[in-house]
Amino acid sequence: MKKELKVSAINNGTVIDHIPATNLYKVITILNLDKISNAMTYGSNLESKKLGSKAIIKISDKFFEDEEINKIALVAPQAKLNIIKNYQVVEKKVVEVPDKIIGIAKCVNPKCITNFEEVTTKFTVINKETVDLKCHYCEKITDQNHLVIK
Amino acid sequence: MKNRSLVSISDYSKQEILRILELAEEFEKQPHIDLLKGKVIASLFFEPSTRTRLSFESAVQKLGGGIVGFSDSSSSSTTKGESLNDTIKTVSNYADLIVMRHPIEGSARFASEISGVPVVNAGDGANQHPTQTLLDLYSIKKTQGKLEDLNIFLVGDLKYGRTVHSLLEAMSMFNPTFNFISHEKLQMPKEYKLFLDKKGIKYYEHEQFTDIISRADIMYMTRVQRERFSDPIEYEKTKNTYVLRNEMLKNTKENLKILHPLPRVNEIHQSVDNNPKAYYFEQALNGVYTRQAIISAILGLK
Repeated sequence: MKKELKVSAINNGTVIDHIPATNLYKVITILNLDKISNAMTYGSNLESKKLGSKAIIKISDKFFEDEEINKIALVAPQAKLNIIKNYQVVEKKVVEVPDKIIGIAKCVNPKCITNFEEVTTKFTVINKETVDLKCHYCEKITDQNHLVIK
Repeated sequence: MKNRSLVSISDYSKQEILRILELAEEFEKQPHIDLLKGKVIASLFFEPSTRTRLSFESAVQKLGGGIVGFSDSSSSSTTKGESLNDTIKTVSNYADLIVMRHPIEGSARFASEISGVPVVNAGDGANQHPTQTLLDLYSIKKTQGKLEDLNIFLVGDLKYGRTVHSLLEAMSMFNPTFNFISHEKLQMPKEYKLFLDKKGIKYYEHEQFTDIISRADIMYMTRVQRERFSDPIEYEKTKNTYVLRNEMLKNTKENLKILHPLPRVNEIHQSVDNNPKAYYFEQALNGVYTRQAIISAILGLK
């Protein structure tokens, strides 16, 4: 039997697969997909052996720089990218947690200056596996359980 | 160090720390010189402070510099809703260097990024207080004649006390042995113990004062704050467990000195004050020399 696609194929563009279903909208926010005019389809709460429940996004005519796409590693560390040209997968990529996180995450410390003034948050990733972020300003650690995307 | 802000003790290398201590020694010999003539230092204290503010201002005046600023935020435009961003940008037009204490953590790093002149952090909430650490190091070096291979006892609130954390980090450059004495709820946080493990530095934890203090070269006392305990009875019990009394110092080493960042509440009994091993008031005086050293190094005058 032919496998039916839950989200229809695209001609050219990027497919982001294996996003935890609960973090789909965070991925959309981080990549600013809510502000672009490219044709885009997504599916959520799809069955996944790895994640239990996953989401997928397909964006036409959009190709990401590594630096940009790695930002989603915070909320979708297992995400896989397929680069599509002429309905063919021409490249596969995995995301990698970057060394520095700028302007995406919120500092967990309620007494941190970034929660009081207009300051772009900056973090150093001190543990890439557990995604522990050290605030450049207050020097406190924000762990994955307390991670809030701005 | 020239033109560089001092926000966190880790901003300085070991060599830079030693250079500050050397300069502080020079200023102790000759505290009054007109090094800062024609310079203006802004002293912005958004939160009250006795020792830190007065010793900074005394340091500037002994060097012949001028001071502008405020000693609590109610006498600044902060009360009109001015942001820290705007205050710092304005003040950096008026001064050659800004000394700032602010209750919000990370405010000093932020200020150093937007200010046109160097910023010296005089305490940003519970985060960093590097000039205190430098004066602590100066006090240790002065009383022990060295910084290397000392047995340092940290006593009291080791969980929340920012001074003990910065001191631990800085002393770790000098091959110390640490002994921690604290209530189990106020123990040294795991991240600092991991830091010591990584560096291969030995440390021992105790829940009360024992004969072990006979090994101490430095005993660094801190205040246990009532607000750290949800149960007031527990606080009352704890507060009295960690009181250092004169008779406890009988079998301690000749060279032992007792340090405290002050203010103290009751953790050092007044009977200790006259013991030659008590050093906390001299330590506060060392703050002036150390801050003279920091300011003149940053302004490139030394």
